[in-house]
Formats: sequence, C-alpha cells, structure tokens
Amino acid sequence: MNYKMMGRFLAQILSIEGIFMIPALCISLYCGDSMAVKGFVCTLLIIAALAAVLFLVCRGAPSAFYAKEGLVCVGASWFVLSLVGCLPFWISREIPSYVDAFFEIVSGFTTTGASILTNVEALSNGILYWRSFSHWLGGMGVLVFLLTFTGEKGQGFTMHLLRAESPGPNVGKLVPKMRTTAAILYIIYIVMTIINIILLVIGDMPLLEALCTAFGTAGTGGLAIKNDSMVRYSPYLQNVTTVFMILFGVNFSCYYLLLIKEWKSVIRDEELRLYFGIILVSILLIALNIRSLYPTLEETIRHAAFQVGSIITTTGYATTDFDLWPSFSKTILMCLMVVGACAGSTGGGLKVARLLLLMKGLRRNIRQMLNPRKVEVVRNNGAVVDEKILDNTNAYLAAYVIILFAVFAIISLDGFSIGTNFSAVLCTFNNIGPGMEAVGPMCNFSAFSDLSKLVLSWAMLAGRLEIFPILVLFSRRTWQQK
Amino acid sequence: MNIIIAGDGKVGSALTRQLTSEGYDVTVIDSNPQVLESSVERYDVTSVQGNCAAMSVLLQAGVKDADLLIAATNADEVNLLCCTTAHALNPRLHTIARIRNPEYSDQIYRMRDVFGLSMIFNPEQQAAREIERLLKYPGFLRRDVFAQGRTEIVELRIDKNSKLLNVRLIDMMGIIKCRVLVCAVLRDGSTVVPNSGDFTFREGDRIFVTAPTKDLTTLLKNLGIITRRVRRVLLCGGGRVSFYLAAALEKSGISVQIIEKNYDRCQELCAQLPEVDIIHGDSSDLELLESQRLSEYDAVVTLTGEDELNMILSLYAGSVGIPQVITKLGHASSRSIIDSLNLGSVVCPKDLCVSNIVRYVRAMQNQTGAAVSVHAIADGQVEAMEFLVDENTKNCDTPLKNLKPKANVLIASITRGSKTEIANGDSMFHKGDTLVVVTNGRGAVRQLNDIFA
Repeated sequence: MNYKMMGRFLAQILSIEGIFMIPALCISLYCGDSMAVKGFVCTLLIIAALAAVLFLVCRGAPSAFYAKEGLVCVGASWFVLSLVGCLPFWISREIPSYVDAFFEIVSGFTTTGASILTNVEALSNGILYWRSFSHWLGGMGVLVFLLTFTGEKGQGFTMHLLRAESPGPNVGKLVPKMRTTAAILYIIYIVMTIINIILLVIGDMPLLEALCTAFGTAGTGGLAIKNDSMVRYSPYLQNVTTVFMILFGVNFSCYYLLLIKEWKSVIRDEELRLYFGIILVSILLIALNIRSLYPTLEETIRHAAFQVGSIITTTGYATTDFDLWPSFSKTILMCLMVVGACAGSTGGGLKVARLLLLMKGLRRNIRQMLNPRKVEVVRNNGAVVDEKILDNTNAYLAAYVIILFAVFAIISLDGFSIGTNFSAVLCTFNNIGPGMEAVGPMCNFSAFSDLSKLVLSWAMLAGRLEIFPILVLFSRRTWQQK
Repeated sequence: MNIIIAGDGKVGSALTRQLTSEGYDVTVIDSNPQVLESSVERYDVTSVQGNCAAMSVLLQAGVKDADLLIAATNADEVNLLCCTTAHALNPRLHTIARIRNPEYSDQIYRMRDVFGLSMIFNPEQQAAREIERLLKYPGFLRRDVFAQGRTEIVELRIDKNSKLLNVRLIDMMGIIKCRVLVCAVLRDGSTVVPNSGDFTFREGDRIFVTAPTKDLTTLLKNLGIITRRVRRVLLCGGGRVSFYLAAALEKSGISVQIIEKNYDRCQELCAQLPEVDIIHGDSSDLELLESQRLSEYDAVVTLTGEDELNMILSLYAGSVGIPQVITKLGHASSRSIIDSLNLGSVVCPKDLCVSNIVRYVRAMQNQTGAAVSVHAIADGQVEAMEFLVDENTKNCDTPLKNLKPKANVLIASITRGSKTEIANGDSMFHKGDTLVVVTNGRGAVRQLNDIFA
C-alpha cells in the first residue's frame, strides 16, 4: 500500500474542502452569526494544520498506485471529508451532538438528504449554505474534482480513482484524457446548476434559498432548508425543480453526446429510454391512484411528477406528505427508491443501468435453462457486455441485499415499526433522504439512537460509493502486509 | 499469357489445373516445397519456392513479364503485400487477391482501390451468396446465373411426384406456361441433349433448364414444386461461410440457428450476429440435432470443415424429411460418388471462386470474343458459356434456323438490354447482345465464332 501517496491525496482533499468552506464563512460574517463564524474559523485552522502535517509527512511519495490504493483512497477520503466537514455544525453548537453533526454532513456529501434536525429553519445562513453545498460537492465527487482542477498528474491511477468514485457498472472515458473527461463532466454539471439557479431566482426565490435548492437538486441530495421541504414554494418553482431533478438523474455522458451532436446514440440509449419509461409509467399510476386527494388534475400530476422525480433520482425533496398517500403509491415510490437514477449521474440507488443488465442477464439465463446448449451474450446498446461486468453486477446485487438487511436488523434495535426501519434503510442506503412513516418527508431521523445514526451514516457512504470502496476499507485483506 | 499463382493451397491448385488446361503459362509460388513438387508433377507449370511477398521471389517467378498475379495464400495480409509489391515491380500487372477475413468484408471495394488491385475474391462469401440464392428458391438443386443475373440455368430433379414425369418435351410448354429451354438431361450418369419434341422425361432425370430469371417463379409454381418460403434454417458448423450466410439470412428475416463446437467461436458469432441462435455442441452428435428439433426446420445447410461429416449430416437431414438440404464441400474431387448420394444441392466454395477468376482471365485475354463466363453443369459434362456479341462476330442479324452451328452446340438464350429471349429458329442476335451457349464438347469452343461449323 502506498500510504504516502494516499496521504497526499487526503491533504489535497482537505485543502479543497477548506477552500469551499470560505464562501460559507463569508456568508456567516455578512450575517454576523458569531457562533457560525467561530465554527468555520476553527475548522479551517484544523484543516490547515492537518493538511500541512500530511503534506510534510508524505513528501516524496512513490508513484505506485493501483486499483487497491484507488479503492482505499476513495473510501478513506470520504470518511475524512465527513469527519472534518461536520466540525462547523458541532463547534458552532447549532447541532450539539457530534454524531448528529456527522450524520448530517454524511447525508450531505452522499447526497442523501436525510436530516436529524427537527427545526431546519433555526440554522444560520452560513451553516445552511455549507450543508447544501456538501450536496453539490458530493454529487459529482470530490476526487473527480481534485483530478480535474488541481495539478496532480498521473497516468494509470486517475482511472482507478474515477472508477471507485463514479457511480455505474462500467465507468469509461469520453475523450482520451481522463482529466479532460472529468473536466467535461464538471463543466456540464456547473453550467446546469447555474441555469437551475437562474430559473429559480426568476421565480422569485431569494438568492440563498435558490443556491441551496439548486445545490440539492444538482447533487440529487435533497436536504431542504424549510421544515416542510418544498411544500410552500410556488408551482413554478416546484416544476422547475422536478425537471432539473430528472435531468440530473440522467447519465452525464448523454449530455456530452448531445454537445457533440450525437443525437442518435442518445435517443437510442437503452438506459435513458428505460429511465424515462419508468418515470412516465410511475407518474401515471400514482396520479391515477391519488386523484381523489387533490382538487385539480394539474395539482395531482404536479405532485405525482415531483415525488416520482424526487425519489427515482434519489433527491428526496417533497411537495406534499407522500406518507399520507395510498399504499399502492407508496409501494411504487419504495420500488423507485431501489431502482435509482442512471449510471454516471449524481443520483444513487441500484442504478437503471444495473437493473437493465440484471434483467437482460436473467432473461438470458432463463433461455439457457430452456436450451442448455444455447450460447448467448448480453448486449447493451448493441455492444456486447463483458461477462466480468455481468458478474460484478450480480455481486453488487448480492452485496446490496446483504448490507440492506444487515443494516435493517441493526436499526431495528431502536424499536420503531418495521415500515419505518425498512424505509429508513432504503432511503439512506440509496441516498434518497425521506422514507415512510416515522422517517417520512415531514419527519426526520432525530429519534434514532447514536448507534443507528452511525450505521445509517455508514450505509449512506456505502450507497454513495457503490459499496465496494467501503467494503474494501473494512476488509482485513486490505490492511494485511504481504 | 503469363500468370503467377502465389499460394498453392486448395484454391491455388484448382486454379493451376484450370488455367494450365486452358493453355496459359503458369508459375506457382509457395513456401512449401512438397506442395510445389506435386503441382509440378501433375501440371505443366514452373514453380518457385519462397515467400511470395518477397521481391526476390517475385522477380525469380518472372513478375516483370507476367500479365496477371493471383495471390491465394492463407493470409490476407500476405496476399495484399504480395500484390502491392508485385504491382510496384511491374505496373502493367493485373493483380487478384484473396481476402477472406470477415472484418475486411465490407471494405473490399475500397481496399481494391487503395491497393491498386484488379479484383478481390472471397470464396466463403461467394459460397454464402450462392447458398442464399438457393434458399430463396427452394426447389432448384442449382442455379447458374448469366447475363448479369437476367438469365439462369437451373437444375431440377424429376422424381416420382413430378408433374413432368413421363411428359414429352413438346408438351412441356403446356404445363409450365412459360418459355424455357431444356438444354441438357442427366440420365444414369450420362448427358443427353434432347433434340426432338418426342423426348420423354423419366424418373430420376436431372434436367437443366435455361430460363429468364423473372420466369423462375412461374416455372416453380406451375411445376407444383412447393415454394413455401424458407423460414427456419439450421446451419451446422460456425465457420466463415456460416457467418456470411447467417448475416445475409438474418437481414431477410429468416430465423437462423448455428451449431458450432468451439465455445469461443460461439461467443464470437453471438457478438456479431445478434438475431441468430448459437448452439454450442458437435453437429455430428445426432442426439443434439434431435434436441434442437431438427425435423422442424425448412432447410439444413451443412457447413462444417469436414466434407465427410457434411455429407453424413446432409444424408441424415434428407432422411428425416427436411425439405431443402444444402451441402458444402471443400474438396469435391470425386463428383461421381457425390452424385450417387442424395445430398441436396452441393456448393463448393473453391469451384465457385475458380470459375470467377477464370472468367476474369478470359475477359483479360479476350478482346476478341472469348467467353465472358463458363459454367460447368451436369457434373461437368456440359459447359454453359456466356458470350458478348461484338463487331467481329459472324452471322449477326441472321435467323438461327439459317445458321449451321457445330453438332454439339446449342444457343440457349439471347439477352438484349433487360429482356431475355429463349432462342428459337426465328431468333437472331445483334451486336451488344449476350448469348448463352451450351455445349457438351469440352474445350471445343473458346470463342463465339467457334460455334459455327
């Protein structure tokens, strides 16, 4: 293991975190919240000290960096990022418990949007900004950002890092250079976020709220800045958010293909078709199911579309308390939680691409059962899918289910109902945010014990990093010296 | 004319045989001295041992004075290099290369231009095209195409249910209701050219009929031959011919299954042919064939690498009542044994491409009316040739009944523009027409004017 190289990465990631904390500090200074200013300043000092020590210790790192280092580095940096990122909440005493603060920032970085705060509106503006900005940073990935915009040069290892941090079964490059690829993705991300902010401001949303809402939408996070999420906003703002949530759940390479005018391959993309197919069918079914709850058709469809878009992209905003919906609609939403967004987007969940591969693999296996001699390959968009990717996808599903039930079992110790517990696990592990019943959209996670909060935080990280980096981090094999 | 043949394999030696028999000066290049020795023993050729892409070897083979180079080694890249090198040494040289890798198959015309080749041939693709044509017209044992696809000579078998059984030639018109010409009948291993209206068809006859392509459907319909469209085809063996054939059939919406015994090859085929069912297994395993419901197929094509296995499989397929069976034979040297078996249609990639190349050689030599193409039909006992009528042709614009052709020569059809006319006494040909001439005297006719006594 190349610890020195990993130390360098950690130092750089901490520096980036520090740099991004400065705007939040400025907002706190502007608003005159002395406690928040104290929180940010102390954290920045800690970051500076840690980074300086790490840089000093890890001078002259050898350049050997392989898949194992990539996985461990990604896993470790997300933990460190969260451990340090929650300090402003804790030091400013706005979230008095460190575990709560940790849960809140993990929920932010992993773009989950589950909160332990009973009264969000009591937070000061700088803290609110930092909490929402963590969504934006976590959505696309911190290491990807590092690789894109800092001087760290490397040949092979950039791919290992990107693979470990980017969602999806098969991470590829758009252009020959990794760095250019990451830059293209980030630029698309930034431009779309800015458009979203402008559209929200046009709809008379105050600038800070627009920033926070857009960050939550872009990262498909969903930490709201109001206690009742987006219920009180105008239909225009809700619709803008619906559209952007769904857009940020699309594989970003599709946008690149649109930029280079490869219309056909975007239109024919199987994952994209399935994604929009699922969204349309779900909206239709839910709208039919809840039509008696709302006075007008427009409102019915608006709420159905918003909730479907919010859940499938794993954002987690709400315009209505969908916990009050009939159980058919709630079940559809639960299924969407598992499905998740497209691979290569900022969303979480199992990913539509994996679902597609699993279904195709299943279909092939059934055909082979009927005719054992038949040889068949699985295709995606016409190209043959490597058997290794299929194996990985199956292994992913297995790990997914095992972790889901293990976490479910642990948090059941707190004695809530099965529905609460199960939806709590689903919505943290899939990075959604609100679940059903006691963790529904108008409630929060504050009632859980510290153990449950830590386990759920772990599940959020595992869900965001697609399980394997976190499993590797906790595997004995990783740390054994050969 | 001096011809160099590089690569003395299956195709190379077949070409050597054909071209020497037609009197060309042939030099053979191969890296294997034993192969060369046997060629020199059998045919009147000179040989050069070595790498055919090496300049020294090419010069030794007399590339400077050669008119044509045919590169038929088993490596496409060597063939290309050989041709371009030879072309550089002798810019007048015509070059023909064999390119058989399917990955190059959709770029052969561009490759021909880029590498300055005169012609590129692909035996497997040609065989696949031939089989595809046969599958599109089930009922014919064989189809030979003339005049750019406007005229055909088709082979039919008179079996005990045939409408032509015990029918006199003169009454045939009444049954099939279109103008055709029976140019040869193969009966008990020997060929008869029917010349009187009283000739009667018997069971077991194989008849060769000249007909305009557009009339083929009418012919089949009126003969009552079931022309149920082929919907399901089984290909035994997953080689290159299978690949080309399956790709073509897939396009025309026919459901195809391929049985291949090499698992890696199965996967390759799977990747290239999304709509085709690939079965991993040995085609010689009859139980496997049964488990794939062999008898439900409309057609079976045996395309494994072993001729013997192909023959056995075809016999088996015929015995379980598959309506159409096509056998691919790589060597096909002993036609007399093959003909005594019920193998359905026999396709031999080697023969197909040899006749293609011979056609090119003749066209090269022929500024003076030699045959554009020559097809051996009725087990090689009869030759059908295609000629172009030009200003040197004698007897233009004379009704055929006034002509005196040689005894064993028959003018079968005259194609003018897009119209094909089956020749009768009042027909005449003009400059620019395409004639199909049938003769059972081997080698007697080299030029169009040879047909006149």
